[in-house]
Amino acid sequence: MVNRGDVKQKDKQMSNLVYKYMRPEHLPHIWCPGCGNGIIMRDVAQAIENLGLSRNNTIIVSGIGCSSRAAGYLDFNTIHTTHGRAIAFATGIKLANPSLEVIVIAGDGDISAIGGNHLIHAARRNIGITVVVMNNNIYGMTGGQYSPTTPKGAFGTTAPYGNLDRPFDIAGLAYGAGASFAARGSAYHVQQTINIIQEGIHHSGFSLIDVASVCPTYYGRKNKSGSAVDMLKWQRDNMIPAEKAAKMEPSELKGKLVLGILHQVQYKEFTYAYDQLIKRLYEEREANE
Amino acid sequence: MTTSKKLIINSAWCKGCGICVAFCPKGALELKDEKVQRKEDTECVLCGMCELRCPDYAIYIEEKDDEEARNQWVMSY
Ligand SMILES: Cc1ncc(C[n+]2csc(CCOP(=O)(O)OP(=O)(O)O)c2C)c(N)n1
Ligand code: SF4
Ligand code: SF4
Ligand code: SF4
Ligand SMILES: [Mg+2]
Repeated sequence: MVNRGDVKQKDKQMSNLVYKYMRPEHLPHIWCPGCGNGIIMRDVAQAIENLGLSRNNTIIVSGIGCSSRAAGYLDFNTIHTTHGRAIAFATGIKLANPSLEVIVIAGDGDISAIGGNHLIHAARRNIGITVVVMNNNIYGMTGGQYSPTTPKGAFGTTAPYGNLDRPFDIAGLAYGAGASFAARGSAYHVQQTINIIQEGIHHSGFSLIDVASVCPTYYGRKNKSGSAVDMLKWQRDNMIPAEKAAKMEPSELKGKLVLGILHQVQYKEFTYAYDQLIKRLYEEREANE
Repeated sequence: MTTSKKLIINSAWCKGCGICVAFCPKGALELKDEKVQRKEDTECVLCGMCELRCPDYAIYIEEKDDEEARNQWVMSY
């Protein structure tokens, strides 16, 4: 962690939030103009501030991708791991010390393509980590290849005639695999997304928050979605709060994205269950001696 | 504690994406040479919408007790 005493007040051209939770010497970040990742990274910092988490007790884990660079900008105990494996590292960290708050920040490719198996099994296991997906529907870092969340018919460098596959709904995938908390936010809906991330971190089991990001550079250009502003306006006009969506017909929700907590249940968190098992075995052994 | 608020623009970090300009409820911002600036003859109501959506943390509301908050943090660190 940086000694913030080194950054003089007169050089401090940033908000208290950014100053407190990010690494000023690495800013401005390298994300493109209008990239949604910067908005979402700030949401994560604000959620942590609102929850009053200790910086020393909070671990940020990321894989590889534009989105995964967040682990370099956020000033916590951070680990930038290998492509797709952030959840595997996070699982190890959480098991070694269950009192830590472990937050994974990942891209849609990172979490649902190469890392898809880690995702479904961590969800099934209900390990108490929080996964925030910066979902831009494309592989940004490597130049715009389609990802598992690229909509059918949309374009990518590897789908020059339109993508043939149907996209994953990552929140739905996590829910189907057994996650006890699955939600969706967006780069546009800042306040709601901060609240959702807060709820997700607070939730004791596995939480996944699929946050719709915007990648004007690759997804936007390939799909003629316009500027970052146009892409954010799309989110504003096409995302429906979960409470409202619950009263709508599936046909009315076609082409829309549902915003909010989509699913939340309580069942035993993995590290707690593991701890209980160890205690029980010790007790049984003692009783038999 | 009384705080007075002020809008700060850090041009060095602004990448000219226009997000703050598009979503400012008062139309109080504009781009000039790919950098954001306050638009003349408009009112800024210090609502902070620009700060929430700026992907580059280049525009924000500063409260006067800034220094105090910072020192508190340095001490507790
Ligand atoms: C094992 C491995 N395979 C492939 C790559 C190349 N690679 C780097 S990032 C990436 C995909 C990034 O997409 P996503 O996770 O959606 O992140 P984004 O850049 O869009 O934020 C790929 C395939 C790699 N680094 N390591
Ligand atoms: S390529 Fe896309 S996701 Fe990557 S930094 Fe640029 S806008 Fe963001
Ligand atoms: S604080 Fe509100 S009114 Fe002022 S520039 Fe920002 S968005 Fe506009
Ligand atoms: S949102 Fe930020 S980076 Fe974009 S134009 Fe406004 S101040 Fe500049
Ligand atoms: Mg992506």
